[in-house]
Amino acid sequence: MDNEAAFDKFKSCAVEVLQVPAEKITLEAKFSDDLEADSLEVVELVMALEEAFDITVEESELDGVLTIGQAFDLVTSKL
Amino acid sequence: MAVPGRRRVAITGVGVVSCCGIGSDAFFAGLCAPAPEGEHRVHDFDPSSWFDVKQARRADRFQQFSVASAQMALDDAGELGVDPARAGVIFGTGVGGLETLQQQITVLVEKGPRRVSPFLVPMIMGNAGAAAISMRFGWRGPCETVVTACAAGTQAIGNAARLIQTGRCDAVMTGGAEAAMAEIGIAAFTNMTALSSSGVSRPFDRRRDGFVISEGGAALVLEELDRALERGAHIYGEVLGSASTADAHHITAPAPGGAGALACMELALEDAGVRTSDVAHVNAHGTSTPLNDLAEAEALAKLFGAPGPVVTSIKGITGHSLGAAGAIEAVCCALTIERGIIPPTVGLEELDPEMHLDVVTGSPRQLPDGVLLSNSFGFGGHNGCLVVAPIGFTAPDAQA
Repeated sequence: MDNEAAFDKFKSCAVEVLQVPAEKITLEAKFSDDLEADSLEVVELVMALEEAFDITVEESELDGVLTIGQAFDLVTSKL
Repeated sequence: MAVPGRRRVAITGVGVVSCCGIGSDAFFAGLCAPAPEGEHRVHDFDPSSWFDVKQARRADRFQQFSVASAQMALDDAGELGVDPARAGVIFGTGVGGLETLQQQITVLVEKGPRRVSPFLVPMIMGNAGAAAISMRFGWRGPCETVVTACAAGTQAIGNAARLIQTGRCDAVMTGGAEAAMAEIGIAAFTNMTALSSSGVSRPFDRRRDGFVISEGGAALVLEELDRALERGAHIYGEVLGSASTADAHHITAPAPGGAGALACMELALEDAGVRTSDVAHVNAHGTSTPLNDLAEAEALAKLFGAPGPVVTSIKGITGHSLGAAGAIEAVCCALTIERGIIPPTVGLEELDPEMHLDVVTGSPRQLPDGVLLSNSFGFGGHNGCLVVAPIGFTAPDAQA
């Protein structure tokens, strides 16, 4: 899967779970400030990403993940 | 009428989500129409009227009913102008977010623990409804949940009224909600043989064979009377008093002879400062189970004599919505006062010959002058009774 296809897939998960318009899902977007997502919502998003990409993300790996870009890097590092 | 030294409590807003109608006009019209056929779900409830998509997905159906009914009640009450620190929420439920729990247990079994929703806990907890209401309105006074099965709605309202009577709050959003019609809930009630095998709710009828499970929510805005009068609020009536007792007898069966129900009704009338002869109408628990209706009828006959005040059970129409039932029936009482009409006990065709009650059947009846008593009795032996009255009511020989 190339990077663009992966981000499209990532984006559709984020749109579905966070209920925000697709154009708000940018690499720079912050979960709390830009997407109004609290920590439980980030957990829910990660669960959706685990299913979509068939990966496993440990809870400790989410420490310091504050933006879409950081979350996307975490996902692609496991592909 | 006033109990000396106690602030008075006005009902200034109502909201209701019921299988026979959403909103007070549709609800009251539904109570005076033939019983709905099939399952008593709130088929036409659309959460998007009250929530955005994200909020709705994170709120169990019982919480959605809680918030929807509370929002309708607040809209109905108008601008309260209340200090948020002196505004409370006291809500009831029987089981909380059962549908979410069932669904997430399926996820656990099929996909494993890592897929269980991080929102499970805040969705299933019984206090989710009350919490959501306080957050929505920004009310920061007491926010608590009463979990006493089928008595929860009535007891919540009694507790809410006390917060105003004693001066802790100036306004309280109160009521109850239930959405326990998940397969697990229906199976459980079926297997304890509580549900009607005929699927027909027939309160006080000789052929009654169990209750018909339903769901819904209802809310009332209670407000300190002088404040309500000052702001020119529409006042449905007044909560005069209430009582809460336990049978201390059996986890599901009522105490023999309706002893628990009788004690609770007596205490509620005493709390309200009225006598049995002041009671014009009883909105009965009347679930249509053989045991409940007989015990309640015996208690009513002992307290009031035969035939006593005019009795109705709206569960012939609404079915039994468990922790929401008492709140739905309190809203019915408010509307009964406002419209001067008592809805009939639909489904009752032949009164059980062992009962000596004046039950409204067929068509609605005019509300006589006097106070109203609303009863709720729950598994666990919980009894709740509420006394409400038109705002101008004065007991005839209390005038001096």
